[in-house]
Amino acid sequence: MTKQNKVALMCAALVLAMTGAAFAAVPLYRIFCQVTGFDGTVKRAEAAPTQVLDQEVLIRFDTNVRDLPMTFRAEQLSQKVRIGETGMAYFEVTNTTNQTLHATAAYNVVPERAGPYFQKLQCFCFEGQEIAPGATVSFPIQYFVAPELATDPEVKGVRQITLSYTFFPTKGFQQAAANDSAVGKAG
Amino acid sequence: MATAAIHDPHDHKPGFFTRWFLSTNHKDIGLLYLMFAIFTGLIGGALSGLIRWELAEPGIQIFKEGSFVQYLGLVEASKHGYNATVTAHALIMVFFVVMPATMGGFGNYFIPIMIGAPDMAFPRLNNISFWLIFFAFVLLILSMFVDGGPGRGFGGGWTSYPPLSTMGHAGPSFDLAIFSLHVAGASSILGAINFITTIFNMRAPGMTLHRMPLFAWGVLITAFLLLISLPVLAGAITMLLSDRNFGTSFFDPAGGGDPVMYQHLFWFFGHPEVYIMILPGFGMISHIVSTFSKKPIFGYLAMAYAMVAIGFIGFIVWAHHMYTVGMSVNLRAYFVAATMIIAVPTGVKIFSWIATMWGGSISFKTPMLWAMGFIFLFTVGGVTGVVLSNAGIDYSLHDTYYVVAHFHYVLSLGAIFSIFAAFYYWYEKMFGVKYNEFLGQAHFWIMFIGVNLIFFPQHFLGLQGMPRRYVDYPEAYTYWNYVSSVGYVITIVGVGVFLVMLLESAIRRRKAEANPWGEGATTLEWTLSSPPPHHQFNELPVVKADNH
Repeated sequence: MTKQNKVALMCAALVLAMTGAAFAAVPLYRIFCQVTGFDGTVKRAEAAPTQVLDQEVLIRFDTNVRDLPMTFRAEQLSQKVRIGETGMAYFEVTNTTNQTLHATAAYNVVPERAGPYFQKLQCFCFEGQEIAPGATVSFPIQYFVAPELATDPEVKGVRQITLSYTFFPTKGFQQAAANDSAVGKAG
Repeated sequence: MATAAIHDPHDHKPGFFTRWFLSTNHKDIGLLYLMFAIFTGLIGGALSGLIRWELAEPGIQIFKEGSFVQYLGLVEASKHGYNATVTAHALIMVFFVVMPATMGGFGNYFIPIMIGAPDMAFPRLNNISFWLIFFAFVLLILSMFVDGGPGRGFGGGWTSYPPLSTMGHAGPSFDLAIFSLHVAGASSILGAINFITTIFNMRAPGMTLHRMPLFAWGVLITAFLLLISLPVLAGAITMLLSDRNFGTSFFDPAGGGDPVMYQHLFWFFGHPEVYIMILPGFGMISHIVSTFSKKPIFGYLAMAYAMVAIGFIGFIVWAHHMYTVGMSVNLRAYFVAATMIIAVPTGVKIFSWIATMWGGSISFKTPMLWAMGFIFLFTVGGVTGVVLSNAGIDYSLHDTYYVVAHFHYVLSLGAIFSIFAAFYYWYEKMFGVKYNEFLGQAHFWIMFIGVNLIFFPQHFLGLQGMPRRYVDYPEAYTYWNYVSSVGYVITIVGVGVFLVMLLESAIRRRKAEANPWGEGATTLEWTLSSPPPHHQFNELPVVKADNH
């Protein structure tokens, strides 16, 4: 191989490696967000904390629906929980059509820096939901605010956390027509 | 090195079609790139004229039914048409004006000559690079004429953030724009491989890397930046394409994606991209300042390694474009500090240029005027860049006209001024005729006043809170917007003088000298005739240690 082809091939290998790195960024970014709670990613916990502090946090609940003919509301607008205490909230979904809906909820907390401390034990958002025609379903979530919230200077003074849910059509299912088709091909 | 300048009686040029359409000669391809960049630059500049016309007064002036924009047909006469204009202006200027001019044009023409090589390492690859960029441009223009979703053309900005670029633009226009960027990226990557191979393997005997002209250093570093950053852009826009058309959800929260990830990928490319546009210019400015001060460049090695440092740091500062997405304070602190560090190697360059001029026998010829204009304007843009690098300040200035003013000072005035400086510096060398010194200087002064009048008031508008990318604004912003639009009109006059200068030199055809600049011009291109023979350096020049 000539010296020139060798350099050119090394350059081409670099290009390939960077293309690979761009796509590898997708799973890496997801893992990064889940591990660090970056960008308000809510963490999933296995067990409730043992320590309960004598400080209260106001949890607000926000519900949204995109491209689905259903209603989605929180049964309580807000809840006060003590830091470390396990809280329980209920959400209600009504399918307003005569067809089965397949929906998945995405979630996020604000302020984003509270993401690592808002943890859920049980949530309907961990998997896709199937909602029968005309049915009303109540979904519970079990959550707690980790005690480390009280000591992290980045969330100093944060005593209100908003948990936001949005139901999206689950990918890969034929859905009943969404009422707002102008939004485009979200399914 | 006089041997290299001997005229070769067998200097056969191929016929017109073969020479310009099937070209494998680096000088011809360089000229093709330059002509392409002048052509696209006029289109991109005309689009910015529509923007300034619209913004001259509050209210909707020209992007409405029945205005001349509707009969012009280039963009839709609607608010979406304004967004499409802004988007097309940015994409054309970045990918089809500055990059083809600096790398494709001057890089192709002068890198082989400056390092004493007969041609590029892969001449046919070079030809492919040019025609790829040409057809990429055709694709981009096509995308302006098909449905974008909210209207004709893509109006999501050159950054094309999702969800506006996915759900917000259902039509095929953005798909064409993505293909255009793919093809333009392929062109640049092939060009970069060509430059790296040429510079590493084909330097003349005695020309070590540390004796290489600074322009070659600039192009070498730029080529590496291209190789590392462009594949990431290609990956990100491929994900957009797939989200749009194949139901994936890389950036769609409905399927577990995150739109912010696109911003990370885009700016990992986008920040090095701004150095890609300016580093070759740094190299060219060094030669011009040195030539017209009749002194070797001050701090040659520091200049070369400052460019290496800028290239490297350019890859670790990307999130300063996205302070407002909700990063933690520690992360922001890191990006603030890393961004400010860039001011150090950049300062080394600015001060070395000044030190080169210091005590020199300076002649204020046209290229030198442009080079000094570049140094001044780039410094202004650099200072506002340091201001913006503060996350706290950026929270209020993000996406305002302050940012627009900042990046136009470093790019529109910085990169474009470096291109004009190099164009006049090498004009005789490339075209074999002299330009008119008066017209060249008039071009400089009119443009200098015009562009400053366009962009300096935009700092005020930004500080007052005027956001980017809107077709209209409250009346409070009228005054400086009007001044800015007047500046555009003056700039058009400057461009007119430029075209007259081209015409004048083409008609009068004053014969060029091999080296019009005298003893200050020390690089190898001045040892050849003007224009250089079709094939140079049949006998390789030998470079001695004291060459700079």
